[in-house]
Amino acid sequence: MTDFRVVPAGDSAIVVEFEERIDPAVNARAISLAEAIEGDALAGVRDVVPAYRSVAIYFDPLRTDYDRLLTGVHEHARAAPAADAAAVPPIRIPVCYGGDFGPDLPAVAKFGQVSEDEVIRIHTDSVYRVFMLGFVPGFAYMGIVDTRIAAPRHPTPRVRVPSGAVGIAGVQTGIYPAETPGGWQLIGRTPARPFDAARPDPFLLKAGDAVQFYAIDRGEYGRLT
Amino acid sequence: MNAMRVVKAGMLTTIQDRGRWGLQSRGVPVAGPMDPVSHRLANLLVGNDADAATLEVTLLGPQLEFEDERVIAVTGAEFEVLVDSKPMPMHAPFVVAAESQLRFGARRRGARAYVAIAGGIVVPPTLGSRSTHLISGMGGIDGRPLRAGDRLPLGDAGHGRCAAPALSHPIQALPLGGASIRVLPGPQREYFVDDALEVLASEPYTIGHNSDRMGFRLSGPRLSHVRGADIISDATPLGVLQVPASGQPILLMADRQTAGGYPKIATVITADIGIAGQLGPGDTIKFQVCTPAEAMTALIAQERALMAVEA
Repeated sequence: MTDFRVVPAGDSAIVVEFEERIDPAVNARAISLAEAIEGDALAGVRDVVPAYRSVAIYFDPLRTDYDRLLTGVHEHARAAPAADAAAVPPIRIPVCYGGDFGPDLPAVAKFGQVSEDEVIRIHTDSVYRVFMLGFVPGFAYMGIVDTRIAAPRHPTPRVRVPSGAVGIAGVQTGIYPAETPGGWQLIGRTPARPFDAARPDPFLLKAGDAVQFYAIDRGEYGRLT
Repeated sequence: MNAMRVVKAGMLTTIQDRGRWGLQSRGVPVAGPMDPVSHRLANLLVGNDADAATLEVTLLGPQLEFEDERVIAVTGAEFEVLVDSKPMPMHAPFVVAAESQLRFGARRRGARAYVAIAGGIVVPPTLGSRSTHLISGMGGIDGRPLRAGDRLPLGDAGHGRCAAPALSHPIQALPLGGASIRVLPGPQREYFVDDALEVLASEPYTIGHNSDRMGFRLSGPRLSHVRGADIISDATPLGVLQVPASGQPILLMADRQTAGGYPKIATVITADIGIAGQLGPGDTIKFQVCTPAEAMTALIAQERALMAVEA
């Protein structure tokens, strides 16, 4: 069964596309393919980038055996995904919700017609999947957020979102790893640092990880910072 | 360790090696030179590895002082290049004496020049690369453009003197006010109306003033979507033309984000990325759709020309 396609993106990249939807099973296939291609360590391949439902493979066209690359892609893409990270215990991330850390918590509560405490309970109840990373180093697109609190992003982004801010944009949730502009609904802040170039492993998360948030108070936030 | 001192920074001078490849899956942008051909040529001329860090000079050049004698080369945009007021050739290695100053005068064509110094600039790498990425503040010196007073450590120049003779002819023709750039269709060509590629190639696009190392915002013939202007986010290659709802494309360049949510109609061929990197705000681009075979032929020709320098 061929339920994927390979599309060239210029002369130095190909994109392998699976079904066009945001779905953990589809995403698991993309991540599994990316890992298999990385594992092949084919000469000339420069970067392998999984996304929600696709994998981009960047290569040097003068130093890559293109036919071998394509054969590998087709073999790996047909194979069932390897055991998924959703099966392993989630990475637990503390969040101090509300107050000046979560300026949009009232708006999200209003959106869902629930109390602020209920928003926190719903946000911490789900185990989220890291579908992909992008935007800035270490930014993980996680989902799927319960539709009751899936408030859309701000029409005009904030000029400055602080590092560690936890936000919601529709069915996506994420943590800003650095101070950047951003349009997500901010409901809290975490002392965890998703990206730190000085750490032995600079990245807290990778595509395919499972994540669960838990609520902490301001005092504990201070102790963990 | 010997170094080079920044006397004047110029408009936007950054440290660039070939880029921070291999971590786009973690959201880390590649950065690297806007004109990879001139970057590579500069390193070849002074006998450096292809991945050595050079300076990328933008529109207005810096003034630099060397602590020790070095072989250097300046490539890319055509500038008046002076060492202690004496004019020096571009695209050729030359020796600068200890305590002498390299200065940039008038720019004649192209937008970005590259200064390679034998031994390379050896600031500490971040995630395996010295390339400056301005938005994330990574690489180079604290992830920022050079400033007057910066001291840039230089690597061991080794035994090499001038590694190569001056070029008899340029490897790529520098644009003056505009360039013709070849593209291949895709990866999301089917998100656009049937004649969208003809529209893309019909008239030149102008590079907007809010353009930078991340990308060129273009204005010109409107490209119409047939399936909306949103896709499920995926990877954004160098040189891709993404098209938001406005129908005005954005050409993604060195400092682009790793992923994006707009459909991408076409991608600049690798052989023409360097020329695109020599364009600046106000310049025009006339797109030309080519075939994969033409793209490869052009890339092989460019590679041969560079290898001839190396030999």
